[in-house]
Amino acid sequence: MSDYPIHSNLFTWPTSNPVLLGGCCPHCGEISFPAQSSCRNCSRNDSNVIELGNKGLLWTWTIQSFLPKPPYMRDETAETFKPYGVGYVEMPAGIRIESRLLIADPNKLQIGMPMKLVIEKFSPNDQGGHNLCFAFDSLENSQWT
Amino acid sequence: MDVAIIGLGMHPFGRSPQKTGLQQGAEAAREALADAGVDWKDIECGYGGSQDGGNADSIVNELGLSGLQFTNIFNGCATGGSSLHAAYSTIKSGEYRNALVLGFDKHPRGAFNPLPAEWGIDDWYGETGLMLTTQYFAMKIQRYMHEYDISEQALISVAEKAFYNGSINPTAWRRQALSREDIGTSQMVSHPLRKYMFCNPAEGAVALVICNAEEAKRYTDKPVFINAAIVRTRHYGSFEVFSPSQPVITADSPTVIASQAAYEQAGIGPADIDVAQLQDTESGAEIIHMAENGFCAHGEQEKLLEERYTSITGKLPVNTDGGCLANGEPVGASGLRQVHEICLQLRQEAGARQVRGKPKTGYTHVYGAPGISGVTILSR
Repeated sequence: MSDYPIHSNLFTWPTSNPVLLGGCCPHCGEISFPAQSSCRNCSRNDSNVIELGNKGLLWTWTIQSFLPKPPYMRDETAETFKPYGVGYVEMPAGIRIESRLLIADPNKLQIGMPMKLVIEKFSPNDQGGHNLCFAFDSLENSQWT
Repeated sequence: MDVAIIGLGMHPFGRSPQKTGLQQGAEAAREALADAGVDWKDIECGYGGSQDGGNADSIVNELGLSGLQFTNIFNGCATGGSSLHAAYSTIKSGEYRNALVLGFDKHPRGAFNPLPAEWGIDDWYGETGLMLTTQYFAMKIQRYMHEYDISEQALISVAEKAFYNGSINPTAWRRQALSREDIGTSQMVSHPLRKYMFCNPAEGAVALVICNAEEAKRYTDKPVFINAAIVRTRHYGSFEVFSPSQPVITADSPTVIASQAAYEQAGIGPADIDVAQLQDTESGAEIIHMAENGFCAHGEQEKLLEERYTSITGKLPVNTDGGCLANGEPVGASGLRQVHEICLQLRQEAGARQVRGKPKTGYTHVYGAPGISGVTILSR
């Protein structure tokens, strides 16, 4: 398999049930994403990597309607560009994660709606596969546990 | 030592393809020096900045190699506020007697495209299309409108006011008033914000000459005094631009912290302010900043806008020159444009947009990436 995460330590991979990864400060409990060893709350420098899960609630959102300038690296032109959603998803672990959303219809996005993590084939990589990126899609209320 | 603004200069905002950013800066500086009646060789120090227009200290190539101390400031949208703060502190300390404060810029068309590495973030964040200021502002106001039950009508009102004020400001870039319909049906850029609710990166320059207040009367009979100049950065828990994540706990924004410190330094409160300039890089920002700077409660804004409370004829005129929406945002110059406008208002030189009642006290506020705010309080 030649598909690889676009950056290390964003999510668990390879696995059939990926979850986001973050950092947790052993002193004050601050959670970071992406994981970093420095704590932005208490300024110490020995945070651990923890799992943040794969479900959360949409805290806010917007829709990106124009092709971003570089360094945006998806294989798109202004003509082929498809708008994408962007939101912050509040994870039960206690952090809000900024993420692309698979939904780009304002009528289908609502603050508070349950979301689930998906791993997207984002762009071609130089090994004949893809750069993998995390995103969130809606989770039907019935599946919310 | 008290500090006074004695000279004002501006190169009109917009696009000036025939001039570099530095040349625009030099024009603004010459105008400020002439306004103050000070020779360049008598300026003792300078502080200035530009994001995309080159090094501000190169201004000596235009104005003359006078040997002065000149410090470049590079502080995002708060560059102007930080430059003024640095100059103010230097004069206040007594080290120098006068200073030039300079901001200019010249940005390419379209949205800013910041590089993650320059902001301490890994490349994937920009590569996957998350590093856009437009998205952040849209998401911030989306949440705010949800929490405080504010409708799209408030976003339209802010833009309508800005373009009207711009239409009567000869140095504004956007000088055509727009109807509510023009604004409310313009292209959706980043939901809920439409094309005419966003400002654009632009060009322009502003310069100020400041000096210790005891000497101000030697130069002008209309000095404007700096009662407070404050710059603050974000605390853990505030919701800021370029944040791949944010904590669930909330903290006051850098605007709230800078604002409170400024009122404390000036020894007055929001009710004492006669005219204000609040960062309005998009309509939503002005709405949020009305409350964050203490001028109303959260959620009160829509009613105040309906009552035209912040119009030029209202009780607290806000962004009388059209703000960022009508002037565009040359990052290095933008915060100083606010100060320039307040000085014109306090000097009764604002022409068609002059607020009534001879304003005595003014307020300026910038906010920018990655969570920085600059506030000044000025009086005559």
